[in-house]
Amino acid sequence: MDRATNFVLVGVGGQGTLLASNILADIGLAAGLDVKKSEVHGMSQRGGSVVSHVRWHPEAVHSPLVGLGEADILLSFEKLEALRFVEFLKVGGTAVVNETAIVPITVSAGTGVYPRDGELDAALAAVSAHVVKVPGERLAQEAGNVKAANVVLLGAVSRLLPLPEHVWLQCLEQRVPKKFLELNRTAFASGRAVVGA
Amino acid sequence: MKRILSGNEAIARGVWEAGVRVAAAYPGTPSTEILEELSLAPGVYCEWSTNEKVAVDVAAGAAMAGRRALATMKHVGVNVAADSLFYTSYTGAEAGLVIVSADDPAMHSSQNEQDNRRYAAFMRIPCLDPSDSQECKDFAVAAFELSERFDTPVMLRTTTRINHSSTPVELGERTEIEPERKKFPRDSAKYVMVPANARARHPVVEERLRRITDWADSCPLNRIEWRDRQLGIITAGVAYQYAREVFPQASVLKLGLVHPLPATLIRELAAGVERLIVLEELDPVIEEGVRLMGIACEGKSIFPLMGELDPTVVRAVAAHAGLPVDHAPVAVPAVPKPALPARPPVLCPGCSHRGVFQLLNKKKVAVSGDIGCYTLAFLPPLSALHFCGCMGASIAVAHGAAQSGLQERMVAVIGDSTFYHTGLPALANVAYNKANILTIILDNRTTAMTGHQANPGTGQTLQRQATDAIPLEPLVWALGIRHVATVDSYDLASTARALKELMATNEPAVMIARHACALLPEMRKQYVPLDVMEEKCTGCGICFRIGCPAILKADEVDAKSGKPLALIDRDLCTGCEICAQLCPHDAITFRDQVRMREEGGGEACTLPTLGRS
Repeated sequence: MDRATNFVLVGVGGQGTLLASNILADIGLAAGLDVKKSEVHGMSQRGGSVVSHVRWHPEAVHSPLVGLGEADILLSFEKLEALRFVEFLKVGGTAVVNETAIVPITVSAGTGVYPRDGELDAALAAVSAHVVKVPGERLAQEAGNVKAANVVLLGAVSRLLPLPEHVWLQCLEQRVPKKFLELNRTAFASGRAVVGA
Repeated sequence: MKRILSGNEAIARGVWEAGVRVAAAYPGTPSTEILEELSLAPGVYCEWSTNEKVAVDVAAGAAMAGRRALATMKHVGVNVAADSLFYTSYTGAEAGLVIVSADDPAMHSSQNEQDNRRYAAFMRIPCLDPSDSQECKDFAVAAFELSERFDTPVMLRTTTRINHSSTPVELGERTEIEPERKKFPRDSAKYVMVPANARARHPVVEERLRRITDWADSCPLNRIEWRDRQLGIITAGVAYQYAREVFPQASVLKLGLVHPLPATLIRELAAGVERLIVLEELDPVIEEGVRLMGIACEGKSIFPLMGELDPTVVRAVAAHAGLPVDHAPVAVPAVPKPALPARPPVLCPGCSHRGVFQLLNKKKVAVSGDIGCYTLAFLPPLSALHFCGCMGASIAVAHGAAQSGLQERMVAVIGDSTFYHTGLPALANVAYNKANILTIILDNRTTAMTGHQANPGTGQTLQRQATDAIPLEPLVWALGIRHVATVDSYDLASTARALKELMATNEPAVMIARHACALLPEMRKQYVPLDVMEEKCTGCGICFRIGCPAILKADEVDAKSGKPLALIDRDLCTGCEICAQLCPHDAITFRDQVRMREEGGGEACTLPTLGRS
């Protein structure tokens, strides 16, 4: 692995973006790269939008933040958030989008409208043709627990990077509780399968 | 072996390696995790103090007793602690005393932006400003050495982006320091700050600052990185990383010690480059220092004064100012985007504050708020909070408004932890001066906003020791307040009754609205998701107006009104029953109904409304 890679992970507080960004940072370090990861805690955890940045570089990562238009991979845990943060995606980069809608309170309160799938597709298409949609919750449910959707998404991301699968599985093993390991392995494999062989 | 640590984890590791014995803090984003992490390490006494001033006094006491000591806080916590910090500058200590100030540029979780490097200058103490987690750890160790070398408290100043970014760190071992001192020092000239002694200490402080200034040029935490001479940058903290990212060819004076400034190094860089800039987040602290030396430089004329920097911002304004950047600002394509619904943080499903604010909204009273999750009640649809300033301000602001002769009885709302923090003296003031206000203590049995820390009301300390919980009712009674009621804040009818009674007097009154935070582990085990009975729901929308994220609009509409029916997201609902109590059509099941149905005890929808027992 000899190339720099920028990830921006977006979603809604409580979706497990933190575990995913931790695993991505571990993977980078395990691959012998310099790594930085950044996120903001606090208010954003009360159901607000959350953003994590993870950067890998063969020599040195300086800024912990990814600039606009500089994310090689935009990993979105929720459709609206993919649209909200689409400007981070590099032209020609890859968007991995979980096909889940979490309707914000402003929509039930009548002050906003949840965007249509077509609007999301059009926005992503304006930046890149590489879009991977993942039915994260459905695959996680099939693996045994809907909460493993974050690991399904990581499985999808793993196919986009030139690193052997065992590196991912080792890091996963270190981060998830033993009793959920098999479930998470299944979830990871199903995410990998989405991107194809 | 390197490990990836957050800045906060790295600071905890560093102070532990430095042999710290006592650490105190009040939780506050972005500083909270430092003490949480340190409290798990062996050999250190750690506590949640009642507030930041108390934490600094605790650390100062330990340091005067000859033990290395730490106090951590968010930037605005330093405001609370400032009185104590100023005396520590005069007294110094017998062992290292380090204060972590975690600043929050961009106000991710704060009420104002402030640059606490200013405090270090104000207090005449050294300030270290790390640029990544490795430096967080290394500077924590260096801070103790610096503190003891010059007999001064040291500020380790961070920013959110440093506290909450994670980078690889090489770990070291703990240096165990056996304290020599068995007794508190009897040195009144140094430690009794009456005017005569303080006058003698002030010249010592100024002389100390002069000696540290001399040392700053040889301080190993400052260095010049010579590269191309066209551009020279003086920078520190996270801004150093942006400087390296955006200006990879530039020569850089990287400051680890940002107060006092190293005059010789600054002159050396200035003399060696064609154009000199200062890249720093928030205030022009370094820039002003450089200008005072009579050296021309650019800084805030190019870079923003407010908010966080990031590579995108730095590159854009630098390119505009004609500085040699790594590449032109990335052209972000025009993306066709509809107006997106905001996703603000909200009171969680099952939040024990929701019912109280629903009632306050209905009564249309003026509410003086405080710092905590409940501040979010200012947002629609609850819209039931009309002031929030800083920790503990709710009660005295309502008091002042009442004493000014308002024609309405005001309500102050304050959380349990915030009440112990600085609410208590304000409530004593209400009792003493007899203000015509109602104070509601929202007691959710934890410090929820910062991630569920223990507090004086919880019966547990930071290091998981059982302790006596300070009970609110006798405390309030002892202050002399005679109109006191405690309610279960999940019980709307009782809460409404108590609210009505307490609003009817013209004397100080306190309502303790108690129910444990729904996110506490023991509460999570008790969730019973409720359901909407479609045949009863008319789509009247009353349940939408309590701002619960678990209540959604269904695709189905009511045949008569054409309005969408309510739908409860079973993955989010905790079963607090606030909505069920409010529903005028009994269309939302209560927990007992759900349980009976699940046990096969009959058709829930045919049962009469059970209400709360």
